[in-house]
Amino acid sequence: MLRYLFRRFWQSLLVLFGISIIIFIILHLTGDPAVLLMPPDATKEDIENFRKLMGFNDPLFLRWPPWEYLSPPWRFVTDTQYGRFFTGVLRGDFGTSFRHQQPAMRLILERMPATLQLTASAMAIAVSVAVPVGIVSAVRRNSLLDHAGMVLALLGQSMPVYWLGIMFILLFAVRLNLLPAFGAGGWQHLILPAVTLGAFSMARIARLTRSSMLEVLGQEYVRTARAKGVSEIRTVLKHGLKNAAIPVVTVIGLDMGTLLGGAVITETIFAWPGVGRLAVQAISYRDYPLVQAAVFTLALIFVIINFMVDVLYTYLDPRVAYK
Amino acid sequence: MSDGSIAIEIGEATETGERRQDLRRILRELVRNKAALLGLAILVLIAAAAVAAPLLAPFDPTLQAVEDRLKPPGWMDPEGRIHPLGTDHLGRDILSRLIFGARISLIIGLSAVTLAGTLGTLIGLAAGYRGGRTDDFLMRVTDTMLAMPFILLALAVIAVLGPSLRNIIFVLGITSWVSYARVVRAEVLTLRTREFVSAAQALGSGGQRIVFRHLLPNVLTPVIVIATLEVARMIILESALSFLGLGVQPPTPTWGGMLADGRAYLSTAWWQATFPGLSIMLTVLGINLLGDWLRDVLDPRLQV
Repeated sequence: MLRYLFRRFWQSLLVLFGISIIIFIILHLTGDPAVLLMPPDATKEDIENFRKLMGFNDPLFLRWPPWEYLSPPWRFVTDTQYGRFFTGVLRGDFGTSFRHQQPAMRLILERMPATLQLTASAMAIAVSVAVPVGIVSAVRRNSLLDHAGMVLALLGQSMPVYWLGIMFILLFAVRLNLLPAFGAGGWQHLILPAVTLGAFSMARIARLTRSSMLEVLGQEYVRTARAKGVSEIRTVLKHGLKNAAIPVVTVIGLDMGTLLGGAVITETIFAWPGVGRLAVQAISYRDYPLVQAAVFTLALIFVIINFMVDVLYTYLDPRVAYK
Repeated sequence: MSDGSIAIEIGEATETGERRQDLRRILRELVRNKAALLGLAILVLIAAAAVAAPLLAPFDPTLQAVEDRLKPPGWMDPEGRIHPLGTDHLGRDILSRLIFGARISLIIGLSAVTLAGTLGTLIGLAAGYRGGRTDDFLMRVTDTMLAMPFILLALAVIAVLGPSLRNIIFVLGITSWVSYARVVRAEVLTLRTREFVSAAQALGSGGQRIVFRHLLPNVLTPVIVIATLEVARMIILESALSFLGLGVQPPTPTWGGMLADGRAYLSTAWWQATFPGLSIMLTVLGINLLGDWLRDVLDPRLQV
């Protein structure tokens, strides 16, 4: 079991390494980051000076020939553009935001609580609605409740998040004037963005819980429990739900990533002061240190959550660790 | 029937007669399933509208008429022509723009899925068949892609490359192959131990031949199911990119772009943001209905 967790931990580190490579490459996709970062009216000298200043003339991944760059012995990989970027990442240093003139990472960390609050609320709403709906739909299969729940879930899965957000604003903020449409503040500000963000996951988890429960409720051990005279509620929750939970937990883990990504759109619609909105603005201002820091941090959170899901697995299904 | 055995039949059935029987059985199932039929009907309608857009659209989708701006659905202009869904903030006919917008959504959805599906299938085949280090490496790459905040990655890449139709298809395709790769790899891992693969190996077939002649046909079923459902995701993602301003650029009408424009006029002209959203939802719903059914018929174990 410990070995399994250690292996997953090591794999997570590799994934973070891969992410650092991808976000490094993005900036170099056009071949000349200096031209990309400088304003369009910059002179040739300006661009050349900027290129020298940023070290864009240095090799990307490897000094060649390596044996001439051995003091300190690892200089042939660290004294390169990626080498500098990577050692920065290890220290949590993504450079200074061009636009805000502050360390990119500090800006991201300032906005992170807002994003986490939104994402966690969205997931909490999604799970607390979807799991009961899924269970009821499975237990009362083909009833009116089941059909209504599943039609709603299908619609929820087909709706673009941002359109739902706009319709919520139109209905609850513009027409009914019940809830604030923009910004952050009390819990009233959280409701619309959180429900908007959670809607897709809610639909997905409800459908998955239903199908997973249906499968489990047909198993022999459920029949045995019933035959033993275990109460219906206990059968469904203890014998049914615990075993049906494995695919559901996987999807919740994966959906946390989707939600963190989806927060980019939701935050933009509702002017929620989180990382996603900051990142979208940074992209439009070509503020790449900030973009890189945002992408890396969101990916890091996703990796951490999935590691925790793996730990949870070993509790739900101990066989996982021995595969 | 529904234990996934068809997947294998399709792969091993070399005689066209068997294939035709499979097809006929699937069609029979389709007629019986009302939800799937509804989905198919929606998709056929939208695809037809996209193909015949110049014939169907009552107005030029890019024609601006500032004096006719923000007119409600059913409004009749001075020449007596009706705008069934109203006009937008530049006086353009919304219905005509929706019909032309369907083209962009479908082109991007289908092309991006083709690209991602091909890439993902190849990666999955390589990982599953080669195993060992190749598998380890490819699976870590897959995990990495999965951990990426997708929209941000796509936005950042498009911001660097420029928001053209080709770049958007490229970015969506190159970032969405993960689900295919994982499923194909898992299938190949179980197929690899089957007799027909050992037989082919014993007969001296090379790796390429085994992968493309024997393994590929057997993994196509789940790939088709995923691809169908992924078209819906691509359409939503494309519209999200347009919504954030980095989709196909104006004046080309796109559903996401129309929605983004309509946001500013929510309190005065609800129709401008509502109808593009409904179009996206209807299309995606059609694909989901059809895709769910296809999964249940072809590969019920698949959890997508």
